[in-house]
Amino acid sequence: MCDTCGCNITPGNEHLVRDGGRHARTEDGRAAVSVLRNLLTENDHQARHNREHFDRHGVLAINLMSSPGAGKTRLLEATIEVLGPSCRIAVIEGDLETENDAERIRAKGVQAVQIATGSACHLDAHMVHQALHQIDLDGIDLLFIENVGNLVCPASFDLGQHRNVTLLSVPEGDDKPAKYPVIFRAADLVLCTKGDLLPVLEDFDPERAERHLRALASVAPFDVVSTRRPGELEPWLLWLRDELQAQDTRRALGRTIHPLIQPDGALLHGDAQEGEHHGHGHFHQAAQSHG
Amino acid sequence: MHELSICQALLDQVERIADEHGATRVERILLRIGPLSGVEPDLLERAYPLAAAGTRAECATLAIESAPVRVRCLDCGAESTVEPNRLLCAACDGYRTRLISGDEMLLANLELSIPDAPAS
Repeated sequence: MCDTCGCNITPGNEHLVRDGGRHARTEDGRAAVSVLRNLLTENDHQARHNREHFDRHGVLAINLMSSPGAGKTRLLEATIEVLGPSCRIAVIEGDLETENDAERIRAKGVQAVQIATGSACHLDAHMVHQALHQIDLDGIDLLFIENVGNLVCPASFDLGQHRNVTLLSVPEGDDKPAKYPVIFRAADLVLCTKGDLLPVLEDFDPERAERHLRALASVAPFDVVSTRRPGELEPWLLWLRDELQAQDTRRALGRTIHPLIQPDGALLHGDAQEGEHHGHGHFHQAAQSHG
Repeated sequence: MHELSICQALLDQVERIADEHGATRVERILLRIGPLSGVEPDLLERAYPLAAAGTRAECATLAIESAPVRVRCLDCGAESTVEPNRLLCAACDGYRTRLISGDEMLLANLELSIPDAPAS
């Protein structure tokens, strides 16, 4: 058989070797393989398993993302103080080093598993899966995953969470959504934290911050909150209670949900060959179950 | 810098596909990376040799194709090319848009050397 006259092409393999087929040849005789697969297929596969675990045990999983120091851990401490008595909570903490954040959460009487990522600037689905071995999912209703403080990398990795919450603290400036569109676009809720600083940091205009968010075609709620003054966490607590209730309803119906915008959203474009992916069709179905 | 993690994920896939096809070498890898994928092509190119060292894809050319950020308006139906931080409809300024291109992070195509199928 040769590659010059086409005698090696049979009706059985023709689809592989014709232009665009799996074994189409380049001019210098290499086999050209069309793949069209998401680079993070393995991560996404694990993330779907994590989500199935959460759903089976009736747990709502929320991924918190922000730059370092925006107040993720403080938000969780304050949330536990209010919801702790009525809701069973666990926390997975991602940091490059130290158990500090996990210890702060444990001091509130809630189980916390610290993932020390070393040099990795984000959590991935496999790290979360490892951490899940240490948590009794039947014993909790709500799992917070506090991602590594970073406004870039965490947005690319699905962890299996149901919802993404992105924090923007007042000292960071109101143009953060314009500077870091990927992570703010991924948010199902944007919390403008440290709202008590607004009177002293007059440069920060919450309306401008929200306009930058809306320019990303985001319909996510944008709420100003503060953990320092009583009552100023209400919008967040309300959202959380709604989500917990919605998760209960979904569980009863055997349905699931994922963040509105997936890191692998490209699969929805139809330019990827969906049949090649695990769980094809799942994305559309789950997306429709939103709201 | 999550580009190294992404390179490792890429190479896992590339190695698996090379195995499936009995390839001895990977000659060229074509990726499609959109501006809204969260991945920086330059950093990916720099991380690639580190991740690929000692694999069949060590000497492969890494080609990265970008994709324009485009949205389709759910209200007026227009499709427009937009900035990554302004995803509104360019025709009616509406916010009810759907991204139709620009967040891809795809392994698009591989060129392999396969000894059993003699090259011309």
